[in-house]
Amino acid sequence: MIILSNVHKTFPTGTQGLTDISLAIDKGEFVFLIGGSGSGKTTLLRLLTREMTPTSGEIRVADVPVHAISESKVHTLRKQIGVVFQDLKLLMDRTILENVLLPLEVAGVSINQAKARAEELLEKVGIQHHKDKFPIQLSGGELQRAAIARALTLSPIILLADEPTGNLDDATAESILSLLQAIHEEGTTVIMATHNMNALKKYPHHRVITLEKGTLAKDTKKKDAKGDTHGSA
Amino acid sequence: MAAHRKTMWFHLRRSPYQACAAILMMSITFLMMTAFSYLLVGSHVLLQYFESRPQVNIFFTNETSQSTIDALGEDLRANSVVSSVTFVSKEQALAIYREQNKDDPLLLELVTEDILPASLEVTTYEAADLRPIADALAGNPAIQQVVFQRDIVERLAFWLSALRQVGIAIIVLLAIESLLVITIIIGIKIAQRRNEIELMQLIGATKGYIAAPFVYEGILYGMVGAVVGWSIASGFLYYYAYLIEQSGFFAGIPVLPVPWELYAIVFGAMAAVGIIFGYAASMIAVRRYFRS
Repeated sequence: MIILSNVHKTFPTGTQGLTDISLAIDKGEFVFLIGGSGSGKTTLLRLLTREMTPTSGEIRVADVPVHAISESKVHTLRKQIGVVFQDLKLLMDRTILENVLLPLEVAGVSINQAKARAEELLEKVGIQHHKDKFPIQLSGGELQRAAIARALTLSPIILLADEPTGNLDDATAESILSLLQAIHEEGTTVIMATHNMNALKKYPHHRVITLEKGTLAKDTKKKDAKGDTHGSA
Repeated sequence: MAAHRKTMWFHLRRSPYQACAAILMMSITFLMMTAFSYLLVGSHVLLQYFESRPQVNIFFTNETSQSTIDALGEDLRANSVVSSVTFVSKEQALAIYREQNKDDPLLLELVTEDILPASLEVTTYEAADLRPIADALAGNPAIQQVVFQRDIVERLAFWLSALRQVGIAIIVLLAIESLLVITIIIGIKIAQRRNEIELMQLIGATKGYIAAPFVYEGILYGMVGAVVGWSIASGFLYYYAYLIEQSGFFAGIPVLPVPWELYAIVFGAMAAVGIIFGYAASMIAVRRYFRS
């Protein structure tokens, strides 16, 4: 599903973002991506959506050579990947429903179908009753749910969540985790960058990839580019 | 398409003053463009009219006898390039003058029969034949002045050319200013919606999809500006053309009434230019954003 081979990322300032990252993630896996600030978690997620390109190495997502595709093909790739951004990126001058509708509008789904799908997802994440409110009227947990609903609108094969429990209290964080777990159980590959150690304790069977200063420090289920399991690092 | 229109209206509602400024600027540009279009077409018709009626006016001194005038008239009629020769006596000249100035008693009081000379109106088949006739008559002691329409046409052509150049210069300046205003306003709107655009890109929107509402907005500014500018200029022309026609100022000259086809053609041209302007300006703004 996702294969990274010897991926390096050096920023224009000369800072080393990632160094020689190689890993493979299977379809339907739930992966925790952990590491301190500046360890490269967000950089790794941004490479997967082609928000940035690797300095060297190869990245494949669902057999698409992300490192090599032209700019004109990037939008097709992004429609297959749902992203819950660290800063959520909800549009403050649009209602929750309008925010969730956005990816469907971009995909050219008819307005009636789009509304039905958006309302279904808002129901799923538990904020259907807030659909006509603006983001400023919702709590942090509710905003996270709205961002998750938006990420799921196009039924992505992969869901990337960057610190989705970052600023939430324990109870709210747990409810968000449960929601992501439910999405995973429906067959979606979930990659969640987090600092939340409680999440790892709650789901100990999920794979954990640890990054340190841009290098792959630990992988609880390491696979090479051919997909062969090598056990814990 | 519907999504782009919805987004465009959303943008317009969020910043109505910017939209008004853009439309106002475009309206002024198209008002000037429409007005100069009518002026150029009208002046072209006027020029063609004069060019198609080649004529020399020979004004005689008061001392010139009628027999001398008649002899000269006969000589001219014998010339193969001359199509007609008409004598206008001092009395007829005064009558014409009185008719033209019947509403101004002061001008009528100042002029007597002695001031206005008798004249011959000589018409040729070709405008090019006017100057040889005028040159041949120059130096004749019986003649006070020779005025031929080539002078009038040339002067008219000169002033119309100057007017055209000034008009084109003003229109070009206004067009550049309008393009810049729309580019800046669309640019401001893009900057205001940077977060939205960034999100759209991240959720898989193409550049074309992102650009479309801004391009539609630019085209809307151009089209509304063209319609407003054309409506004002055409309204003025329609109203004043009627008044001028009633006054008889252009009597005999086929400038008025303005044909409706001209209104329609100018409207079509202005609408097309409006669309092109709006499209070009918004594309410049959008491309600048994507390049940055």
